[in-house]
Amino acid sequence: MKDVTFGQYYPVESFVHKCDPRAKILFLIGYLVAVFLSADFYGLAACAVVLVLCVAFSRVPVRSVLRSIKGVLFLIVFTAILNLLFYQGETTVVIADVPLKWGIINITVEGIRFMIFVICRIFMLVMVSAILTLTTTPVSLTDGLESLLTPLKWIRVPVHALALVMSIALRMIPTLMDEIDRIMNAQKARGADFSSGGPVKRVKAVIPVLIPLLLSALRRAEELGDAMEARCYTGSEHRTRYKKLTFTWRDPLIALLCAALIAGVVLMNVYLPPIL
Amino acid sequence: MQAVDFENVCFSYGREGEGFSLNNINFSVEEGEFVAVLGQNGSGKSTLARLCNALLTPRSGKIAVLGMDASDPGNTFEIRKNVGVVFQNPDNQTVASIVEDDVAFGPENIGLPREEIGRRIDFALKAVGMEAYRRATPARLSGGQKQRVAVAGVLAIRPKVIILDESTAMLDPRGRKEVMDVVLRLNKEEKMTVLLITHFMEEALLADRAFVMHKGEIVMRGTPREIFSRADELETYSLTLPAAGYICKKLQAKGLPIADCLRPEELAKEIERCASRQNI
Repeated sequence: MKDVTFGQYYPVESFVHKCDPRAKILFLIGYLVAVFLSADFYGLAACAVVLVLCVAFSRVPVRSVLRSIKGVLFLIVFTAILNLLFYQGETTVVIADVPLKWGIINITVEGIRFMIFVICRIFMLVMVSAILTLTTTPVSLTDGLESLLTPLKWIRVPVHALALVMSIALRMIPTLMDEIDRIMNAQKARGADFSSGGPVKRVKAVIPVLIPLLLSALRRAEELGDAMEARCYTGSEHRTRYKKLTFTWRDPLIALLCAALIAGVVLMNVYLPPIL
Repeated sequence: MQAVDFENVCFSYGREGEGFSLNNINFSVEEGEFVAVLGQNGSGKSTLARLCNALLTPRSGKIAVLGMDASDPGNTFEIRKNVGVVFQNPDNQTVASIVEDDVAFGPENIGLPREEIGRRIDFALKAVGMEAYRRATPARLSGGQKQRVAVAGVLAIRPKVIILDESTAMLDPRGRKEVMDVVLRLNKEEKMTVLLITHFMEEALLADRAFVMHKGEIVMRGTPREIFSRADELETYSLTLPAAGYICKKLQAKGLPIADCLRPEELAKEIERCASRQNI
């Protein structure tokens, strides 16, 4: 259980691993913009090429990246079917002289086109986000977010405290995983059954694990608070940082790639004739 | 100067008028001293630690830490910079998921510049013998190693006084020894004041002085040897002698002519001497 880490960081040395987390987060946002700006398949193709580059330069096995699709597979299928059946298109598809139209269900050419778009968009977004979490440790991800959100300090958002909360949450995951293991074993020793029965029964079986877990988490939080105070934590602005994020030559490069992608997509939308 | 000085200190967790957790406590610890506090669960010894560090403030009486009044909130930050506390559970005092980041937490809080924080991390990890684990994840370390990292986290603030609040209670014998070795060295070499709160009698033997707490009061004071020479009195406070001392007492009761001893090595030597004299 100890090896369960949030975001499944994949520890290898690569170009993408060495990029600054801030640059990677901004790249992700830019990529998102490009994917949604794409009005035609040219744009999507350009995004796909960039995706392939990302995977190649991250040196993460393609299988590991693809695995992250599993979590959203249902979402993809669901939205695809909805779009296929209910998209308000004009040209109804006709197969063997039977128009595919029953009541509100109306399968149109435009609907099929849009469905392919939706599948591609979700797929590419999930893949690029997966590359971000696969190549960035949770700690540097938190640091990056904190640094990017610094402007919010002007409107009195306690960015630093929020980042600390997040990093402590990440640090507590393995500890609480151990705790779950321990509680489950204790319950099993007293005859609890977690692995049989229907979904309702299984959910019910989890309750005696969750309640002790919650109680112990609260107790831990209190002790941790004391320990932090004892180590001079006051939450004040005078805190300094030991680790400092620094941009390298890689970061302008990926910023440029991102800008080129967005510009390219916009140009293709304007100048290239639409397919379908 | 006195590192910690308690004068008629009373404290209670409950409301005014309810019973006291600490009742009229008087004691002081000189700078550079190693003092052990013994007592059963609920005797008030952890409360004592929290009072020294201004995590709690006394109901009445006066606590002076390195000459500063601990009841004055203006002194709290200075006091915490000078008095470090290592708690019982290492898992509940680690804030970061990398060793060096965790050790950096204290120095960051007192606003040190980056280069100085780096030096403090070097110093602290070296002092506890964990230099090789600088980039490790605390979750994968052993209990003793985790607790040494916690000690390093306190040392990096460079306090004058270090309080160990049952810091070895959750460790196995090996981890316990690792932590105690570090503490002893800090006391002897860095002249650090140590207040060791424990219910392991063997650990108390290492101290210059000890006192025993019972139901919120200090009931025995003296050197560890003086205290352990009063075995019957200790027993009334539900405390026992160190194992070697206990065996020694039993052997004496059986009529073996061996001298009083408290450490295993002493006991071994005594038994050997006794055996050779009787030609066994």
